[in-house]
Amino acid sequence: MKQLLSGNAAVALGAYHGGIRVAAAYPGTPSTEILEHYAAYPGIYAEWSPNEKVALDVAIGAAYAGANAMAVMKHVGLNVAADPLFYCSYTGVPGSLVIVTADDPGMHSSQNEQDNRNYAKFARLPMLEPSDSQEAYDFVQQAMELSHQFETPVLLRLTTRVCHSYTVVDEPTGEEALPPPPPAEPHPWPRDMRRYVMVPGNARRRHPIIEQRLRDLAAWAETTALNRVEPGDKAVGIITGGIAYQYAKEVLPGASFLKLGMSYPLPRCKIQEFAASVDQVVVVEDLDPFWEEQVRLMGVDCLGKLDGELFPLCGEFSPAVVRAGLARAGFLPPPVELPDVTGALPPLPPRPPVLCPGCPHRGVFHVLKKLKLVVFGDIGCYTLGVTPPLSIIDTCGCMGAGIGQLHGAQEAGLAERAVAVIGDSTFFHTGVPALVNTAYNKGADLVIIMDNRITAMTGHQEHPGTGYTLQREETVAIDPANIARAMGIQHVTVVNPHDIEATEAAIRAGLDAGEPAVVITQAPCALRIPPQPALVIDPERCNGCGLCLRIGCPALYRVSDDEVRINPLLCTGCTVCQQVCARQAIKLDEERNT
Amino acid sequence: MNKIDFLVVGVGGQGTILASDVLALTGLALGHDVKKSEVHGMSQRGGSVESHVRWGDKVHSPLAEVGTVDYVISFEVLETARWANYVRPDGTVVINDQRIHPLAVSVGEAEYPSDDALLEAFHARTDKVHLLPCLAVAQELGNPRVTNIVLLGALSKLMDTEPDPWLQVIEERVPERFVKLNKQAFARGRDLVQ
Repeated sequence: MKQLLSGNAAVALGAYHGGIRVAAAYPGTPSTEILEHYAAYPGIYAEWSPNEKVALDVAIGAAYAGANAMAVMKHVGLNVAADPLFYCSYTGVPGSLVIVTADDPGMHSSQNEQDNRNYAKFARLPMLEPSDSQEAYDFVQQAMELSHQFETPVLLRLTTRVCHSYTVVDEPTGEEALPPPPPAEPHPWPRDMRRYVMVPGNARRRHPIIEQRLRDLAAWAETTALNRVEPGDKAVGIITGGIAYQYAKEVLPGASFLKLGMSYPLPRCKIQEFAASVDQVVVVEDLDPFWEEQVRLMGVDCLGKLDGELFPLCGEFSPAVVRAGLARAGFLPPPVELPDVTGALPPLPPRPPVLCPGCPHRGVFHVLKKLKLVVFGDIGCYTLGVTPPLSIIDTCGCMGAGIGQLHGAQEAGLAERAVAVIGDSTFFHTGVPALVNTAYNKGADLVIIMDNRITAMTGHQEHPGTGYTLQREETVAIDPANIARAMGIQHVTVVNPHDIEATEAAIRAGLDAGEPAVVITQAPCALRIPPQPALVIDPERCNGCGLCLRIGCPALYRVSDDEVRINPLLCTGCTVCQQVCARQAIKLDEERNT
Repeated sequence: MNKIDFLVVGVGGQGTILASDVLALTGLALGHDVKKSEVHGMSQRGGSVESHVRWGDKVHSPLAEVGTVDYVISFEVLETARWANYVRPDGTVVINDQRIHPLAVSVGEAEYPSDDALLEAFHARTDKVHLLPCLAVAQELGNPRVTNIVLLGALSKLMDTEPDPWLQVIEERVPERFVKLNKQAFARGRDLVQ
């Protein structure tokens, strides 16, 4: 049956049909929907782990125990999971293990555009890379087979435009669509300490084994149908893969292609033969010159991006980028440039993402701004506090970074008063050890846990504090306040961030505590609760001072120098603007609400 | 048919994703190869959003290129202008007559340009620019959330296609209790185009 699936949904379906039984992940754009889709299938186990390192350890444990397992994360998640990535490469797995990494060229929702093909080379692991949803479906099963055959974890690399593009998948139906039955007997523990206990003596024995495994995989890469020659015009031979293949195929369909479905290790002979069959080799790849460097080392003269000659190192590829590069090399006529019609336009006000109306973070940011604090930020919706008019976040590096940064800055003798802010899901991810550090090393630091009761930015995923699992079972709701207290932190307060006075009092007290302090600002994400009645501005009282506009709520807008109004369709009645107004001009709309 | 490219643009939260889903599935129902690309995550929090939908005999890239889009379907007047360079010469632009102020405009730091200023730019490319009261029609029907389907109704007429394949997809795609409302919205959208 043909259906239109996103790359993420196709990975989930392929994993299910292929017989993957255990999967673990931490949400992260563009990978999040993989586990959401997979979790809905019967007879499997799927979990949100608190972070990617734990997710990978869970998947490794399942594969050690003989299962087909999968760990899923965004590209920077693999940095967090890099430690287990390297040991599981050494030990290998008796079951099968697929590690999905979703890279984000163009940084649609990320802090960098690292190219995780480098991890395959770094950790001596094979990597497959689909270029559409059909391949996503097929390759996850190929990855499982490869994992079985070579007793190795296999990386499956996706990119944003594969994850979030919907393309046709011809999926099996009926009997064929059912995953293989689970083993009748539980798998016995494969007791083999020399293999699974990575003390130096054992690891030294394993290292040559994985180097040999890599040579065997390179030999396999020569013959697999994953790496496919599509003969065409001999003037130009394009070596490409992933989404870049689709772009190159779009703009120069008549060329000869070597389409790499296996990103690492590369098939040396196949590449050399292909190069010999064409006049000029061009390597077309998103992000790093990962293939180009290796192809050049094989003694193949090629064009690409190493010297910035055809394609850029920075930013996302598109058909236009590939077209421009191939035109520069003379394989296409120069693109016909239509006149730029935007030149005739007035300046267009930008529309960056913003904190939603009723967002519980807004009241906290108002207070932090009023107190003129330096704010060490973290990753989540609250990072949007960096946009004007709030402009309140001073750092954003990676998950869990802010608490440690604050501690270091304080110990260095920072002149200004400062706080760290971190979301609830991010706190469980990597905030906990950072807070342990603050408590242990007696940092008189204030950490604000902005607890909106969900993983919000990625689209509302459960986490250890919500009381529900990924598969919607009730579970323990782990309380960040109790965690902080268990660390010996005495000064722990919980406050409703929609109450500005109380929030300010709690933050002031935390700043003055002279010891490690935690303030938990706790209210559900505004998108997950019904709105309260909208507020209205009394035009008689409003003088247009604009104080309310400084909280950056999309529901408020200026109509003239002396009047501001509230859009009743957007207002959630959170009352933060009402509390900020110095003229008591904002009130419940009585006409509307009687 | 070689290919038809669509670009669906608007503001996060306006229902662009459902519209591009329906558009893609209708293409599939009509027997085309189809690809659709959209971006999730940060851009959904009230920011500019765009989806590419491509129909063709064989579609490779999920992204359309500047200057080649056959139909720009816009949910918001200002957002239309941001993508002006994507429309092909003599292409069609269909716009929901709604203005959502970006924060910079709300706080009085920037101005929302006039319709004339925003839409005039297109005339260098095409005269087929349709500014239609889709939101007003949806509100008349009692639910502003069907604005997207009103807009698709208008598009289906501009494309000179029959309503049936669209309605079938809509029926499969929206919750049962909203099917009748959405069908009405689609029909009213077709009526907006002469």
